[in-house]
Amino acid sequence: MNLLEVKNLRVHFPVKHGLFSRVKGHVKAVDDVSFAIQPGETLGLVGESGCGKTTLGRAIVKLVEPTAGSILFEGENIANLDGRELRRRRRKFQMIFQDPYGSLNPRMTVGQIIGEAIDIHHLAADEAARRDRIVDLLKAVGLDPSHAQRYPHEFSGGQRQRIGIARALAVEPQLIVCDEPVSALDVSVQAQIINLLQDLQAQRGIAYLFIAHDLAVVEHISRRVMVMYLGKVVELGEAREVISAPKHPYTQALISAVPEVDPDSKRKRIVLPGDVPSPIDPPKGCPFHPRCPIAQLPRCQAEVPELREVTPGHWASCHFAK
Amino acid sequence: MEADPNISAMEALPAAAPAIASPWRIFWQRLRRQKIALAGGIILVILYVIAFFASFIAPYNYERQDRDLIFIGPMLPRVVGGHLAVQRYEQSTGLFKYAPVAGDWGRVHFFVRGDQHMFLGLFPSTMHLFGTGDPKRPIYLLGTDQFGRDIFSRLLYGSQISLSIGLIGIVLRFGLGMIIGGISGYFGGATDTVIMRLCELIMSIPALYLIMSLRATFPASLSSTSIYLLIIVILSLVGWASSARVIRGMALSLRERPFVLAARVLGQSDWWIVTRHILPGTFSYVIVAATLSVPYYILGEVVLSFLGVGIQEPSASWGTMLSAAQNVEYLTNYPWLLAPGVAIFITVLAFNFLGDGLRDAADTKT
Amino acid sequence: MATLLEIKNLKLDFIAGERRLRAVDDVSFTIAAGETVCLVGESGCGKSVTALSIARLVPTPPANYPGGEIFLNGRDVLKMSKQELRDIRGGVVSYVFQDPNASLNPVFRVGTQIKESLKLHRPEKATDAEVIRLLKLVGIPAPESRIKDYPHQMSGGMQQRVMIAMALASEPKLLVADEPTTALDVTIQAQILELLLDLKKRFGMSVLLITHNLGIVGDMADRVAVMYAGQIVELAPALDLLRRPLHPYTKALMNSVPKLGAKHQRLAAIGGNVPSLGNFPPGCRFFPRCPSAQPECANTMPQLVEVEPNRWVRCLYANSL
Repeated sequence: MNLLEVKNLRVHFPVKHGLFSRVKGHVKAVDDVSFAIQPGETLGLVGESGCGKTTLGRAIVKLVEPTAGSILFEGENIANLDGRELRRRRRKFQMIFQDPYGSLNPRMTVGQIIGEAIDIHHLAADEAARRDRIVDLLKAVGLDPSHAQRYPHEFSGGQRQRIGIARALAVEPQLIVCDEPVSALDVSVQAQIINLLQDLQAQRGIAYLFIAHDLAVVEHISRRVMVMYLGKVVELGEAREVISAPKHPYTQALISAVPEVDPDSKRKRIVLPGDVPSPIDPPKGCPFHPRCPIAQLPRCQAEVPELREVTPGHWASCHFAK
Repeated sequence: MEADPNISAMEALPAAAPAIASPWRIFWQRLRRQKIALAGGIILVILYVIAFFASFIAPYNYERQDRDLIFIGPMLPRVVGGHLAVQRYEQSTGLFKYAPVAGDWGRVHFFVRGDQHMFLGLFPSTMHLFGTGDPKRPIYLLGTDQFGRDIFSRLLYGSQISLSIGLIGIVLRFGLGMIIGGISGYFGGATDTVIMRLCELIMSIPALYLIMSLRATFPASLSSTSIYLLIIVILSLVGWASSARVIRGMALSLRERPFVLAARVLGQSDWWIVTRHILPGTFSYVIVAATLSVPYYILGEVVLSFLGVGIQEPSASWGTMLSAAQNVEYLTNYPWLLAPGVAIFITVLAFNFLGDGLRDAADTKT
Repeated sequence: MATLLEIKNLKLDFIAGERRLRAVDDVSFTIAAGETVCLVGESGCGKSVTALSIARLVPTPPANYPGGEIFLNGRDVLKMSKQELRDIRGGVVSYVFQDPNASLNPVFRVGTQIKESLKLHRPEKATDAEVIRLLKLVGIPAPESRIKDYPHQMSGGMQQRVMIAMALASEPKLLVADEPTTALDVTIQAQILELLLDLKKRFGMSVLLITHNLGIVGDMADRVAVMYAGQIVELAPALDLLRRPLHPYTKALMNSVPKLGAKHQRLAAIGGNVPSLGNFPPGCRFFPRCPSAQPECANTMPQLVEVEPNRWVRCLYANSL
């Protein structure tokens, strides 16, 4: 059974205007997205600003209320749950954040931060058990147990990210949504955290929804990759295949735009014209068509392409993908 | 075996780990470096200790009248024959003019028996810090007022009221402001809208008129304590709204911080998030704002007394004492009546120094 | 090629209370006319303050320069008067910073801000026509209407183009770009880098590009200097360095970055953390984290040595690794 199955998820934010906050329109941050994640799998999610990947990640952990659609966790739809029912299921999924400096309460010690997670779900029978659990978690993420008494500002960015991971692990989740977990870290530290996440996955069988804008990192850590543009999924497939043989023109441009360390590679850079459009007023038809190098009017402007299986296991939403 | 770089990623901590660097300790260390703030703080500590022991330190009761020595000037003791002593005064030429009686010195003792008072408001005592021990030998350190009451004693009793009004006031105002502002900012939506409109309503009420009309609706013969509490409550109820607005703004931005989001994802209760995650983030503002707003309570009490709706005679407060002195004849002839003004000045200055220092200590960008 | 910029043995200290923190330690490199040099390093390595020093933009105090010289067009910037500094800022060297949103004044229109730069250095050209020409140059569509826009009305990519236009307005000889694309999306980043390459070709400008992204180095740089903990640890032509890095830090950095299309092997992470200012180890600063460390490295500070023609490395074992 799928660990997580998202079906036709929509997250629309009303745009209010005027004296009585009349709803003028909607920001369609997530627009009809469907996908699944298997237990222990890493699904990478890439896209640029405004594509909705952050909103999607937050909707899955119910930080943001879905407007429509279902979020099935082990077969159970959590999209409409809240209150105590939701809280009970929250142990199954957690989140780690991009900003290592904002993700820890500066007034709490590391032990208190991790302890809070344990306490909410009553995971320790007594004080001693609680302490042991905190020690185990700190060790699991590569920190010394004595760090439990220290405050976040005493740690480097990479260490703070480890603390955030320990907090997420404390409730023994089956899925962790990683929202750009290494983007704010120094290059030499990013590799440490990526390795840590992979080790934890191997040891504990945790699935990840790995959201990032760095394609190389996403390809490295993910089994499958999903590309989003303006709230819609434009491509979904095995990571290696999507990167080496992308079918959607946006993905092709995205990959070609990544600066390559290898100076001898002869990749031709596709430079997309214009800016990423705003999700308040997306283009009609295919959202990518104004910037698309292979767009053909009138079809691309009139018809929204469906996400179809172009080759086995490789999906793209383009009328002309093959 | 090669060290796993992930495990060895932790820095080698020094053998003797330094003391826990909690945000409070860091704040305190930064505060200690602000010398002026420390000076203000020490002055305030002294003032509050004195106010606490007012009835003990004051040689006389606040209502004690000495009809023989009305409007006498400060009687400062001097060292005579190896002891601290104070002269006797008697009526001289003209009304309210006094001259010392030559050679007639009375010794000033410490820990003497005098008028009965309630020590710390707990039990009756006749022990005073200093005095002459002889009811016929008065010692009026700062002179007397128009009823022959010792100004120094009244200043001390008055300090209890004036200094405590500020503290109780800020607790009420900022306590309410934090809770309401925190709830409004964190929950947003309709709750926020309703609360903010309520705040605006309250802020648009002119405080002075509210106080005066409220005062008018209460029986004129309200006890001093009741009046005192009433004043504080009214001032705080009117003031909490502006604090709530500021705190609500801070809560709005704090609730988007990743650590608050993390707490929500963990399933933390809203109550806990507001009290343990959001509101502590407002402390640095609240401490500074509260400290800097105390002078307004003190001065507010003065204003109310000037208008006749504050503390009533014969109780002493710095406001009533000052309002009784608003008379050109008094001020030119008996300037020691302004002693409470000096006391207010020192107190307000001390609070401002402390507040400025707190603000600099809290502002981690500088 | 004529040398436009020569930094010689630059040292920069920050005074924090009683402590003296050395942010830049004996940094030397040159930039020739028309050359693009990349300064690569992680946070805290000193690359940004080195670049700011070129126009003496680092406030002194709390900084001060215990030693070194910065020759821009033959004159030492560190000894210039205020007037001379005003002339070179914009006139000889211009800057483009990382976050265009923070670099543009939100209360002034974009056209006004570009004109400000023109007024200072080419006052006869401080006209709308010139502003429009500059906006066209940096690839902003419909520039005639854009000059009346406020910064918040533009996207990040456009704002960065405006910043580049402002920097070019004074026709500088050296453009210093401090992580100009880090805050931008990948596709916009590609646009901006293409723009910089194009402008460089057209005007023969020298560029000092600061980045932590080795991929950008490959696309943009003629030569590259790698900095670590305030020092330059490797200096070489870009292609040579990328094909064959010599310093263990450069090698480790390149190995720890995932590459598109590469096999999914475990990343060779560099253990430990970048040392913070004032906590530098004696001897080689990379020693605690170096995979090829030898006992002498702990106490001997290696010098920057030309181990091969044009290849400088700061490592005791550069040749034998």
